[in-house]
Amino acid sequence: MDFSLTKEQAMLKKLAAQFAETELEPVAAEVDEAHVFPVDNFKKMAAVGFTGIGVPEQYGGSGGGMLEKVIAVSEFGKKCMASAATLSIHLIAPHAILDYGTEEQKQKYLPRLTKGGELGAFALTEPNAGSDAAGVKTVAIYDEATDEYVINGTKCFISGGSRAEILVVFALTEPELGTKGMSAFIIERDMEGFSSGKVENKMGLAGSETAELIFEDLRVPAANMLGRKGKGFKIAMQALDAARIGVGAQAMGVAEEAIDLSVKYSKERVQFGKPIGTLQGIQWYIADMATKTEAAKTLVYYAAYLADSGQPFTKEAAMCKLNASENARFVTNLAMQIHGGYGYMKDYPLERMYRDAKITEIYEGTSEIHKVVISRAVMK
Amino acid sequence: MRIYVCVKQVPDTSGVVAVNPDGTLNRASMQTIINPDDLIAMEQALVLKDATGCQVTAVTMGPPPAEGMLRELLAMGADDAILISAREFGGSDTFATSQIISAAINYVGLGEEDMIFCGRQAIDGDTAQVGPQIAEKLGLPQVSYAAEIVKEGNDVTVKRMLEDGYMKIKVQTPCLITCISDQDSKARYMTLSGINHCYEKPYQVLDFEALKDEPLIELDKIGLKGSPTNIFKSFTPPQKGVGVMLEGADRKTAETLAAELLKKHVI
Amino acid sequence: MAFNSADIGAFKDIWVFCEQRNGVLMNTDFELISEGRKLADERGSQLVGILLGHNVEGLAKELGGYGADKVIVCDDPQLEVYTTDAYTKVICDAAMDLKPEVILLGASNIGRDLGPRCAARLNTGLTADCTHLDIDMDNYVNFLETSSTLDLSNTKFDMEDVNLKMTRPAFGGHLMATIICPRFRPCMSTVRPGVMKKAPFSQEMADKCVVEAYPVTLTADDLKTEVLDVVKEAKQIVDLIGADVIVSVGRGISKDIQKGIELAGQLADAFGGGVVGGSRVTIDSGWLSADHQVGQTGKTVHPKVYVALGISGAIQHKAGMQDSELIIAVNKDETAPIFEVADYGITGDLFKVVPLMIEALTAARASK
Repeated sequence: MDFSLTKEQAMLKKLAAQFAETELEPVAAEVDEAHVFPVDNFKKMAAVGFTGIGVPEQYGGSGGGMLEKVIAVSEFGKKCMASAATLSIHLIAPHAILDYGTEEQKQKYLPRLTKGGELGAFALTEPNAGSDAAGVKTVAIYDEATDEYVINGTKCFISGGSRAEILVVFALTEPELGTKGMSAFIIERDMEGFSSGKVENKMGLAGSETAELIFEDLRVPAANMLGRKGKGFKIAMQALDAARIGVGAQAMGVAEEAIDLSVKYSKERVQFGKPIGTLQGIQWYIADMATKTEAAKTLVYYAAYLADSGQPFTKEAAMCKLNASENARFVTNLAMQIHGGYGYMKDYPLERMYRDAKITEIYEGTSEIHKVVISRAVMK
Repeated sequence: MRIYVCVKQVPDTSGVVAVNPDGTLNRASMQTIINPDDLIAMEQALVLKDATGCQVTAVTMGPPPAEGMLRELLAMGADDAILISAREFGGSDTFATSQIISAAINYVGLGEEDMIFCGRQAIDGDTAQVGPQIAEKLGLPQVSYAAEIVKEGNDVTVKRMLEDGYMKIKVQTPCLITCISDQDSKARYMTLSGINHCYEKPYQVLDFEALKDEPLIELDKIGLKGSPTNIFKSFTPPQKGVGVMLEGADRKTAETLAAELLKKHVI
Repeated sequence: MAFNSADIGAFKDIWVFCEQRNGVLMNTDFELISEGRKLADERGSQLVGILLGHNVEGLAKELGGYGADKVIVCDDPQLEVYTTDAYTKVICDAAMDLKPEVILLGASNIGRDLGPRCAARLNTGLTADCTHLDIDMDNYVNFLETSSTLDLSNTKFDMEDVNLKMTRPAFGGHLMATIICPRFRPCMSTVRPGVMKKAPFSQEMADKCVVEAYPVTLTADDLKTEVLDVVKEAKQIVDLIGADVIVSVGRGISKDIQKGIELAGQLADAFGGGVVGGSRVTIDSGWLSADHQVGQTGKTVHPKVYVALGISGAIQHKAGMQDSELIIAVNKDETAPIFEVADYGITGDLFKVVPLMIEALTAARASK
């Protein structure tokens, strides 16, 4: 069993770490404070090729697969969870188009989403459809006269919704069939009838703008349907499987960084005449954090390996996300304890990491829905 | 047009540096990095490549692990790479090193339109000598401390930094330029596509056999034995001890401080 | 006869390359002449300055005042502004003819361009940025005893060795190395400005100094570069990272903010130039702009000298400056944590202490 990275993967890890340290870390606190998407950094990510991970070079992508995504997202996650989320979530759109799109759609949209520096988004969630994706109410009615679909409805909590230029949107083309009547569409921001609403004011992940989407008689050419009619739900579920591994990677990154910071701090902070790192209590905390994180990492890498080798990975993707996200909360919480009062101050990144980590247990599927997915797979 | 960029893999002396109990430096404790001035030299070369489509070749003299650095430079955008490596070359001082690199460049070929870029100095040796010495060996004009390089045909205009300003210098190719990094200079990143293809780009290793008959090599002046300068003794300065609280806060205190600083060559 | 750098016995005398810009000698020249005088005395040979330029003969006697026995002047219009090719040719022509045993150069941006080129042409070794030079073995052993952690009890030294022993920092200053150039001459060395001590000026010695013109053979063909322009520029930006000296202020200046910042600037000048920094409270209170901030949320610096005035030294600030080479702290409170990382601490009112420091430092520097 060879757990080592290839030479190229090792170089990618180094590059992602350099990028995170040089571009993401210096503005992470400011971005969090301002609650604004760092557009420049996204453009830089595109220029280096991060936004093209998993897309073949012929379409402007950077090649690679799930493991490359995990490596990049986790390194970003160490320094700025919002940036890690942005990258991970952005990639859902190009990957869906790659898996289900026609050659024409791939040629048209993939270069824009990779080298072109445009932001992608994935729009499934609605006010009545969170864990219960079947609650989707957005409809797409076919207009034979113009060969267009007319979309009406709203989406909420969409990451990148306020800025994304290209969105994969899920709507009911045959409402009477429920989820079997759901189809996927490629929407462009400047299409008439599309607008985004206010940007949500969140506890964390502030640099990833989360917004409402409004479709009012949004007319989209039938050629923009992604995949076959009625296959939308399946496409959404499969896209979420892949996205889950991205969240696992994010959670992995923030946990690793929290441990590094805690180790450093416990060597420097002197109380009662010695560094607190000499106290067994602190040592045991760190042992727990390190062990649990190592396990979380291994499961994320395993899920990525299954995905890259073409094997089924739904269960493992759910497991790695469930596990890594809970671990991220555990580790960042304990890391704040180790840092004491300083951990609570905004001068240190810990409190932002703590706030950012929490979302990993909720979005891209809650921990609870993941348990449903896992038990279903295990108990069949 | 071809630009040779001479680079060196160095220990990261600005990071954590551990000292062994016997006072010697723990080299294993230091990360290796691409010498910062050399990275900027590569960036300058790549800027010219973007503008003119010229060929950029990364060259280094070092042990086999230096290949990793060359692959990174290929991933940044260099077209091909050369590793000069041999037991016989090890332990060379700047005179010997510049000889060997000059011989290698001569061996591969230097055309009338070509240039050699070097970083001004390496952060381990800090001598800033190899660049100018390569220029002398190859009989090329040199411009050091270059902050900006503009090329028009075979004319190169360089902004050459002084401590309190700069000179604008014009030179013709072939020539050698040493580049400096400052707080504003930033080398580009590797790209993911670059990483994907860096192991496919042309890569050659020049060993002792390949270069020993080159006219520029004086066999008795290479390697540890041949280098004109040798290390007589190396030692670590005494470690920083606990500080001193000076007595009082008056004229005498200030004078005591000034005397201490004078003694320590701080002022 | 062809120049043979391996014929050690044929070389004699200590040379110092004296750099001038716009007809003004660099301070390093006096420092190196002073140091060269010591070496020449140890060696029993002559100390010679070599001065290149146009209409610079008048500068030569001053070099004598610091200890030069002779100054060789190479005067030519093509030497007015420094070019690598002209200066290298003139110095090497003279060196190949007169065969000095040692050549010292100041490690300015120009010295570091010129030195290596000359060494390569003369087929000899060059050691850069030397901080200590000895010819006499006794002196060198003494130096090792005071400046190193070496156990010298079992080391045998050849006490008759008259090679120039050139000590310099390596690995970013974490290691010191003594270099020799035993088999070739001239033995060349560059020395950083401000490292060697300038001897007191002696009018008597200046009067005795012999000034000799040396013929310059330079044609336009020898010059392969063209100087289009020379521009003087003062640095305006707050370059904390690049600064050798940083004087930072903290809450302690609150009773007279403007004066406090002024004093910090003057103290930086007293060190020979530096940058004013500030702890977080000075930025938050609007006393200094954000680019002055040193600390966890500001910049992390490691200058040669860091002076903390009225700064308590909370963890956030210490994290940003504790790796500075030399730290001096002034604070009213003797228990302030800043003193834990300071090499020199003064408990007192910075408004009273700093003016005294400025005076004392200025006087000390002038006495060099």
